[in-house]
Amino acid sequence: MSGCCDWKKCSRCPGSCLPPTDPKEPCDDRILLIGNPNVGKSVFFTRLTGVHALSSNYPGTTVGFTEGRLRLPDRCFRLIDVPGAYTLDPTNEAEEVARRIVDEGGEVALIVVDATALERNLFLALQTLERDIPAVIALNMVDEARHKGIFVDVAALERELGVPVVPTVAVSGQGIKEIVDRLGEARPGPFEPSDGDERWRRIGKIVQAVQRVEHRHHTLRDRLEDLSVHPLWGGLIGVFVLAFSFWAIRQVGEGLIDLVLDPIFETLWMPLLTSISQALGGEGLAHFFLIGNLIDGAIDPEQSFGLLSTGLYVPLVMVLPYIVAFYAMLSFLEDLGYLPRLAIVFDSLLHRLGLHGYAIVPTLLGVGCNVPGILATRVLESQRERFIAATLISVAVPCASLQAMIVGSLGNWGMRFVALVYLTLILSWVILGRILHKVLPGYSPELVVEIPPYRIPSLKGLGLKLWFRVKDFLVEAIPLVLGGVLLVDLLYMAGVIPTLARLLSPLFKGLLGLPPEAAGPILLGFLRKDVAVGMLLPLGLTPQQMVVAVVTLAMTFPCIATFIVLGKELGGKKTAASIAIMLATALLAGGLLNLTFSLTGA
Amino acid sequence: MSTLETLENGLEATITAMPAGECRRRLEALGLREGKRVRKVSGMPFCGPVTVLLDGRQIAIGHGVACRVEVAEPMSKEGASAGR
Repeated sequence: MSGCCDWKKCSRCPGSCLPPTDPKEPCDDRILLIGNPNVGKSVFFTRLTGVHALSSNYPGTTVGFTEGRLRLPDRCFRLIDVPGAYTLDPTNEAEEVARRIVDEGGEVALIVVDATALERNLFLALQTLERDIPAVIALNMVDEARHKGIFVDVAALERELGVPVVPTVAVSGQGIKEIVDRLGEARPGPFEPSDGDERWRRIGKIVQAVQRVEHRHHTLRDRLEDLSVHPLWGGLIGVFVLAFSFWAIRQVGEGLIDLVLDPIFETLWMPLLTSISQALGGEGLAHFFLIGNLIDGAIDPEQSFGLLSTGLYVPLVMVLPYIVAFYAMLSFLEDLGYLPRLAIVFDSLLHRLGLHGYAIVPTLLGVGCNVPGILATRVLESQRERFIAATLISVAVPCASLQAMIVGSLGNWGMRFVALVYLTLILSWVILGRILHKVLPGYSPELVVEIPPYRIPSLKGLGLKLWFRVKDFLVEAIPLVLGGVLLVDLLYMAGVIPTLARLLSPLFKGLLGLPPEAAGPILLGFLRKDVAVGMLLPLGLTPQQMVVAVVTLAMTFPCIATFIVLGKELGGKKTAASIAIMLATALLAGGLLNLTFSLTGA
Repeated sequence: MSTLETLENGLEATITAMPAGECRRRLEALGLREGKRVRKVSGMPFCGPVTVLLDGRQIAIGHGVACRVEVAEPMSKEGASAGR
């Protein structure tokens, strides 16, 4: 973990202006970065440590905690980015983590307070100040507050709270240097522990003494904010935003493939592959592993299944463009602040699935990759909700890789087959949620959530976020795809797949109407779905069979990375239950689809 | 007795009573408590959430909770809804 930018040139972010830290240097003093959700803690973290922490314009981005180093001339601190909390009497998992970290204590508490919502933010601040931990307060977003007509007297607030208060605008870097300079002045607040009511009374007095609010007229932004949660318009906007997003993602993804990546692969990589293939004589062990099987005498990047052909083509050409397009769109909606509004629009639907509207956030993240989606279920309040949300994501929410392959494998036959897969997945999502809601004991908690103001996303922020997410994909997916291709080749050579296919053929033939060879790809989907869909291509399935196979594949075992996260988040027993539900749903959905096809004679 | 759920869109009201327990803590954490003035922005159809404006910030409250937050409507500007 070292500084990000050229520290000599950068004058506004003192953290990263300091020389990169030596990871071996002893560094035990902790600074706790504490604050309400969505007040910019992660931006502070990035500014102070030079380590990028993901930030978004909605509460609950940081669900675990991130740690980085802040090197000052005379000492070194471990900076802990505590998950956003409204209170230290936890109401959800993130707040429990926050409480635990604060209980463990630290040298300094850097409390970030949102100047646009001073009163509410002071609750957590006072709770922390009552705890006898030396503190400094960053009064963040003072620019936005001023814009809204909210003026806070910083000197008066400092007097009232008894600890240093520094006005800041973290996104632009304003005030960060002063924060660092005043860390040494940190001192415990002068407050005795109190209960909620007493604390609110105290806060009321403080706010009255330090804050002045001027009335501002309704701005365009206010109007848009009201319209987004309007009973009629809000719903229409929500549907439009989703529809437009998916359309745009597909256009951009396809455009990148057709105009950029495919031509690059064809003109630069393929000639090289062809000469390697010729040099190896077109056959043999090395040829089999590196290039794969020749299809009609030529290399087919989708079907040859060599490490250098399919192993690179699938992740880099077929999947990466959709990942880029998806995350660009998601990051934009995130930073704009639209996602919580989508939660309001979807709340009544999700309530019927045992969730509440906020579950739309992990679900949408899952549309990119199930791993961050399942991690984000931590923002949900109850274990029951988290189980339902995580199970629904791993069963019925196709990640971007899988979707790229769904379109890739069925698109040639016409979009109606692609639509059929999506329709089946959405129906399964609704029906399964409904069943889980009915069957599982407990109730679904209510949505109580703060809606952030709309903010115009910064290009730099979006770019960084996109880059980190795409990098995660590259680092995580490419080794797995290569490993998957290698494993497929090995299993074929060892004759494992034909044996499995024979064993499972009654199930596949009888229930799903698929040839026994489809068993191999569906089982290997455990490793990575995109590789598995690729393996279905050479089997010569009818479009109907392909739909059944793709649906079954999409719904069975999540890929190995998702499986690991699911195990970590839910624990062994619940993961087992989740997997059982998954298998049953997948076979049922595949079986029903097959039945429908044979009944309608399609 | 009006609640946030029955309050008309666009009207301002003062919170007079809130549910107890866990629910209350979550509302309080967002700054909602007795005596606070809120403006109802909207209520979504099909028992969807109610959105209110509190100190310039929108807060969405699930239908089941919104029904249990009691409010006293002041005289509205036009005198159209005559308080309680």
